[in-house]
Amino acid sequence: MAGLLQHLINGLAEGTIYALVALGYTMVYGVLKLINFAHGDVMMVGAYVGYAAAFVLGDGALGSLWGAVLVFLVSILFCGLLGWLVERFAYRPLREKPRLTALITAIGISFTLSYGFQLKVQPEIAGKKVTLLPGADPRTFPEIITPAEWVTLHVPAPAPAPDEVDPAAPHDAADDFVEIIIWNWQVISFVIALALMGGLQVLVFRTKFGRAMRAVSHDHRVAALLGIPVDRVIALTFMLGSALAACAGILYAIKDTLIQPMLGVQLGLKAFVAAVIGGIGNVQGAVLGAVALALCEELVVGYASSSWRDAVAFGFLIVVLLLRPQGLLGRVQAEKV
Amino acid sequence: MRNLTLAAFAALSLITLGCERKTPAVDPKPPEAKPVDAGVAAAPKQDDVILLGEVGSLTGPEAAFGISTKQGIELALAEANAAGGVKGKKLEVRVYDDQSKPEEAASAAARLITQDHIALLLGEVASSNSLAMAPKAQEAKVPMISPSSTNPAVTEVGDYIFRVCFIDPFQGYVMAKYARQDLKMSKAAILKDVKSAYSMGLADVFEKKFSELGGKVAGIESYSKGETDFRAQLTALKKLKVEGLYVPGYYNDVGLVARQAKELGLKVTMMGGDGWDSEKLFELGGAALDGSVVSNHYSAEDPSPQVQNFITKYKEKYGAVPDSLAALGYDAAMVGIEAMKRSTDLTGPSIRDALAQIRDFPGVAGTISINEKRDAVKPAVVLQIKNNKFNYVATVKP
Repeated sequence: MAGLLQHLINGLAEGTIYALVALGYTMVYGVLKLINFAHGDVMMVGAYVGYAAAFVLGDGALGSLWGAVLVFLVSILFCGLLGWLVERFAYRPLREKPRLTALITAIGISFTLSYGFQLKVQPEIAGKKVTLLPGADPRTFPEIITPAEWVTLHVPAPAPAPDEVDPAAPHDAADDFVEIIIWNWQVISFVIALALMGGLQVLVFRTKFGRAMRAVSHDHRVAALLGIPVDRVIALTFMLGSALAACAGILYAIKDTLIQPMLGVQLGLKAFVAAVIGGIGNVQGAVLGAVALALCEELVVGYASSSWRDAVAFGFLIVVLLLRPQGLLGRVQAEKV
Repeated sequence: MRNLTLAAFAALSLITLGCERKTPAVDPKPPEAKPVDAGVAAAPKQDDVILLGEVGSLTGPEAAFGISTKQGIELALAEANAAGGVKGKKLEVRVYDDQSKPEEAASAAARLITQDHIALLLGEVASSNSLAMAPKAQEAKVPMISPSSTNPAVTEVGDYIFRVCFIDPFQGYVMAKYARQDLKMSKAAILKDVKSAYSMGLADVFEKKFSELGGKVAGIESYSKGETDFRAQLTALKKLKVEGLYVPGYYNDVGLVARQAKELGLKVTMMGGDGWDSEKLFELGGAALDGSVVSNHYSAEDPSPQVQNFITKYKEKYGAVPDSLAALGYDAAMVGIEAMKRSTDLTGPSIRDALAQIRDFPGVAGTISINEKRDAVKPAVVLQIKNNKFNYVATVKP
């Protein structure tokens, strides 16, 4: 029981990060019908920009509220700009070209980011060594939230198997309970992720921009005829997705500490799978798919073996696609002829 | 276009000619007696000098390893020469850089053997580089000693290939013995990297030895290199209430495992091998690593007079405390010199036979006996982590 509860906490923490990345995939797919393979790498860039921001702020600012807010803001702004640049200069010129062209371009951008960040560029500017690109060595993300125990749960432990009990040994009261520690940063990360998802929900379904976005997603030619600035809506969608990816990158770095240039590839792939499971193009579906996928992975590793993690994750995708090709929450679309 | 091709051809042939002209001394098989003239590569093979060859990573990602090893070897040679050399002859070492690349290591070894006519080949640190060099030495019947390649496959190449360090799985044996006999641990678990032969080798031996000594390996969990989230595995292990957790991985993984184990409230003594040996470990793991124990080749804190003597001499010459690679480089050269002293004539086969006979040789990184697989049987040291530092606690004999 205690073990299961801990697995659920672990899985949920991973799932919220998948979800934030999956939202970016799903939104871009919604408006452009493009799978933006560079999205996972934008997340990686977000983690690195957060790292650089924390480094510039210095040790004094670590652990303070404004320090953490600043790290998030800098990363969000940088990735938003990166998202806009990628859309403006890589995808927009190809919008009327066959879809495959844009897809290959997306893979190209992904490689440019993940391999470009493996270069080590450290020019000397005004007598100081300035790191522009970090190099392939993994970096340790600084603790922008000072870890502290938020709450410690005492969960009754399962009775040990009879053959394990040593009758001679005195009964240890500590064995009756299993401690489950919930850390402050886990709570903060979870709240941030929920707030972002809630905010996105409001933005997409309650604002004028959201309505424009949904209109473009429905049919961008008709939307343009009705006076919706399609280019601007698409650019903003990219920036929004990239900002979410930046937050996901920092939340990932807070959780798993070690960042390296290839981290976006694997995580991006998983988030993409989550988006497809939930029904690509569907905002709630992305969150549902992400949490389901992460829990599924966590339980497989916890109760079977870690070697099965990816096999089960992709197996889950295949099963969902066989039973519901449109994804868990996706709507069936009639083929336009 | 045609002109361009022609020009390229002309340029190419010029380059080839240039190369040929530069090394007139390189004769594929110069007769032994004829002194090779002082060309670029070949040195005079004088009668009063024994030439050794070393291939090392002096540049590239493993340069720090290669430079330490080279300095250890130089120190050993300087000492042997000061003591009168071998059979009245002086020792010299010729070093080629392999840029930390196996293919460069292979060609450097070939060059040392065919052009420089070395009596003994020393190198490399990385097992992949040693594996590239070994066939060249074996083919030419030149004995080769690797100072610190721990992969079992290296000496399996042939009967001319030796090493002065223990092989990987031995560390599993050492840690099982230490955990069971010194720490009195009765229940342990293992977390191993299924993508690394090193990790799997250590884990298998640990499991076998720990059970053999009466302990219980309650659980074995695995991960794949590159993973950064070990919480699922650690949660599964927490239920088992073990006293110790053996993590024979590399420092990045181990640092994260320690951190996440603490986060999950898992109270265990973590144990590992020489893969932990990096400053990066403490950057990631920090206080979560306190109390963990690891096995390694050598410790500069080892109080034995031989080790302290070596450290003093090394410091005098290079101004730094020798790391384990310097100690192993020193030992490799010393074992080679001892074998040359014992050999009847200084030919490859006779040095090889003498090497195979080395027993209880007092090296700085432990007493060395060469076994029938040409691996060194020797003790390992156990270090304990406290306040981001490795401290010497024990020596475990095989």
